[in-house]
Formats: sequence, structure tokens, C-alpha cells
Amino acid sequence: MSDSATSEVVVDVRRVTKSFGDVVVLSDISLHVNRGEVVCIVGPSGSGKSTLLRCVNHLETIDSGEIFVLGDYVGYERKGDTLVKLSEAETSGRRRRLGMVFQQFNLFPHKTVLENVIEAPMVVNGVPRSVAIARASELLQKVGLAAKRDAYPGELSGGQQQRVAIARALAMEPDVMLFDEPTSALDPELVGEVLSVMTDLAKAGMTMIVVTHEMQFAREVADRVMIMDQSRIIEEGAPEEVFERPKNPRAREFLARVSDTSASGRAAQLAE
Amino acid sequence: MTSVVDRAQASLAPRVVARKNYRRTMLSIIVVLAAIGILITVFGNERFGWPVIATYLFHPSIIAGIGNTLLLTLVCMVIGTLMGGVLALMRLSPSPPLQWIASVYTWFFRGVPLLVLLLFWFNLSALFPNLGIGLPGMEPWITLNANEIISPFTAAVLALSLHESAYMAEIIRSGLSAVDRGQREAAQALGMKPSKVDSRIIIPQAMRIIVPPTANQVISMLKSTSLVSVIALSDLLYSAQIIYSSNYQVIPLLVVATIWYLFLVSLLTLVQSRVEKIFNRGYAARSQAKKRPSTPEQSEEPTLV
Repeated sequence: MSDSATSEVVVDVRRVTKSFGDVVVLSDISLHVNRGEVVCIVGPSGSGKSTLLRCVNHLETIDSGEIFVLGDYVGYERKGDTLVKLSEAETSGRRRRLGMVFQQFNLFPHKTVLENVIEAPMVVNGVPRSVAIARASELLQKVGLAAKRDAYPGELSGGQQQRVAIARALAMEPDVMLFDEPTSALDPELVGEVLSVMTDLAKAGMTMIVVTHEMQFAREVADRVMIMDQSRIIEEGAPEEVFERPKNPRAREFLARVSDTSASGRAAQLAE
Repeated sequence: MTSVVDRAQASLAPRVVARKNYRRTMLSIIVVLAAIGILITVFGNERFGWPVIATYLFHPSIIAGIGNTLLLTLVCMVIGTLMGGVLALMRLSPSPPLQWIASVYTWFFRGVPLLVLLLFWFNLSALFPNLGIGLPGMEPWITLNANEIISPFTAAVLALSLHESAYMAEIIRSGLSAVDRGQREAAQALGMKPSKVDSRIIIPQAMRIIVPPTANQVISMLKSTSLVSVIALSDLLYSAQIIYSSNYQVIPLLVVATIWYLFLVSLLTLVQSRVEKIFNRGYAARSQAKKRPSTPEQSEEPTLV
């Protein structure tokens, strides 16, 4: 999936730290993702993996360090040795390069499926309605929901809502897609349909950062897997390396716990 | 032989019928009888002066009074809502001074009775004979005579809309904060500017929560305008009072006013249910979908850290 010929760095996280009050959530995190790469971040709940993802598109601020997306900061500008927060309006323009899929889908409940997908292209990019609709229809076809375009999110199952959310993010033609536990809020029988859309996306060469509890998915789709624990990345490498020969004892412990309860990792997540 | 089989099948699958509710039937009969009794008492009492009521129901000065009542309701609701919106945004803003101003304002205008407020504004000239615009310690740039600018109508508009804005501020604030945080994040993540996030995502969803209590406020405002009769503004009630002060038909004219108030409130209630339907788009479906077992319950977002 990753193409070694094009090693353009899309996301570059350098020495990022962040605390919520006294609690350190990210300590000295560095990570880079090349174009076309799929990076899965796994680890116990509360390890900071969701926060890391949310820092990448500046839904959370950072305390120190820097995060580049295609060579630019998303929510900051550099002034001497410091980073100063940009206004929300300035930040919004830079977020267009990043697509995000949330655990709770966060579809706009007052808009139909189609309206959800065409909203940002029209409002943010000024794409004409007809063009946006044509593109949205294509995307809904791709996620298997062409027939639901006039339904409201409330009429869809969780799996369908998440697939719409993926289509909505893709409609902005992002350079990288961020997935924040996309299947954690789903009933077990609905997880597969979302993962299969994500697998297709990975195969099509999309750059992806996926925070997940689905170990099987990480093993099969990821180019690189990271295990986070207690605000640090404790293990990083190719999936077979990380899953078969983990070096860090806490990583071994985590993987043992996950494979003990369930191969898919879902039961482990429920137990937490 | 077949009849036995039939009966056996019938006993296996009994038909379900509604349970007879005798108490409810009795109560219905009592209510109907009581209603008839009230109607006979009201329409049989000639002191109600039904012919007088019929004469004055469409009297030109009553109709003009309705016009003033509606105009006052409309103007004060619009001003009150706009100011309420600004106050709500101040309350929700991260800036402490703005929050303080909004809190003190709301505290004051919710605490002072409307009637007192009305009298205060009407008698403003006693407090400040001249109203000036300028900086403290300097000669005012413009000076106005309070007596000239504070007519009964401006006093009424000031009192009613300032009072209203304090209530609307709370309604709008609760509507805006009821929209799920994830909605703003989703819109931000798509690259939408804050103004677009508010106008296209947050406000339309908040409207669903804001509209029903606002419609109540309109109805309540329509009735509160009757207070302006104390400062001699010829609204519906005051027009009725003027007529009965000359012909002494107090009750019939109060009934005329009552009929019109009830009619207008009923009309507004109809409008309210229409408007609510518009803002409920997408939600009727949601509540049905929730009953379906295939839809997972939206669990609380796990706390980070």
C-alpha cells in the first residue's frame, strides 16, 4: 500500500506534549506518515491515542512541539521560538487537507445524507451544487449507500451513518484521512461494513491514520502499527513485527490481553 | 368435527379486544354535563350583555387597538429576540467582561416586574430631564428632551423589549448549548469557518430547541402588552376601557377584549405547531429509528485521559 518511490511526508508530528490540567496525555510524541501510508494506532483506553489524532487537525491544542501537515502548521504560526495560535477562521482553511471520521459519526441530523456530503464542498470550496451532487453520488455509490441519499441520518443504522461520514470527509478530497475509533460505537455485526469501506480506501492509496481497537484490521491493512500506552508510543513498526515480536513488556502485556479475550479486540475494548 | 377444530384453533389464538373503561365513560359524561351547565350560565346571564358585545366586537377603535397590540407584540419580540441573541452569545463567549455584562443585564431585567419597568420608562423625564450622547465629563454632542422622545409607545417598546430580551437570552443560550459538541467539531474538521459552522450547523439545530419556548414568549408578550393600558397607550385593552368609561358597559367590553385575545392566541398556537414541524425535520425519523433494535444506542463519548 505504501509506495516507497513517493515518500512525501504528509503528517509530521515532532516532540509533541500535552496535558489536561495535571494529567499528561501526550509526552514527547513524534510520528510521521508518508503519502499513501496507513498507520494504525492501538493501545488501551486513555493512552492518549484519540487526543493525538485530534491534535493533528487542531481540534485539540498542544502544549509544546509542532505538527506539520504537508509542511504547514494547522492551527499555529511560528513567531521566533514560539507557536502562536491562529484564529479559528485561519485554521479552518488549513483543515481542508485533513478528513476526519469520528467515533460518534457526528452527521448533521437536520440534513439528508446527500446534503451532509455536499455541504462542505459547497460552503467551504464553493463547488457548484450540481458538481457537488455528482461527486457525492459517486462517493455514496462507493460506500454502498447510493439508495439512501435522501434519508436523514436518524433513519440509518450506525454502520450506514459511519459510511456516510466517510463519504462526507472524502468529498473534501483530503490528503489524509483521520479515523478516531470509527467502529467503537457500532454493534458488532455492523463493524465489518465500515472496515471493508476503510480497507477499500487504503487499497486505493489514501493516506490514513486510524485509531482503532480492531487488531485484525490493523494487522491486515496497516503499513505501520503503533502501540500507545500512558501517553507514549511504546512500540512501532510493521504489523507482523509489532504483533509477533513486541519488544516492550507493556506492549506484550497489552497484546496478550487483547488476544486473550477476542481476536477482533472488540471484547477487550468492552471490558475496559 | 370441523367446528371442534375451529374452536380449538380459536382458543389457541384468542382475539385481543380493548378493555372497557367505565370510569372514563362516566367522567366524559360529567364533563359534557358540566360544559352544558357553564354555557347555560354564561349565555343565560343577560348581564353579560351579548347584544352589546356583538355591537362592539368589530368597533373601529377596538380594531385599531388590535392593530396596536399586534404592532407592539411584533416590534418588541423582534427587538427582544435580537438583543437576546446578542446576550446569549455574550454569555457563551470566553470573555469574562462580556459574560458579566450579560449576567447582570439578565439579572436586572428578569428581576424587575414588567409593570414597574413600564412606569419607570414612562417617567424617565423625571429622572433624566435631558438625555445626552457624549463621553463622561464632556459636553454631550447631542441633547434630547426626555419628555419629547419618551412617548407612551417608546416607553412601552423599551420596557417590553428589554424585559423580553432577558428571557430570550436564556432561551437562545440553552438552545445553542444543547447542540452536541460533536456537531461543531465535525463542521470544523470539514474546514468550515466559525460563521458558517454557526449559521449552517449549530443555529439550525438549536432552532429546534429555541422555537417552542419562543412561540410561548410571543403568546405571553401578546398578553403582556395589555399592561401598557396603564400608560394610556391605546392597545386592545385600553380601547375597550375608553369605550366602557363612557358607556359603563364594563363587562361586555372586557368580554370583547377577551374574545379577541383568545382568538389571537389560538391563531399563534396554530402557527407555532406549523413552525415546530419545519424545525423537526430529520428528528421524527430519528426517534422512530431509535426504537429499531438494529440501531445502536449512542453511548457517551469516553472521556479522554
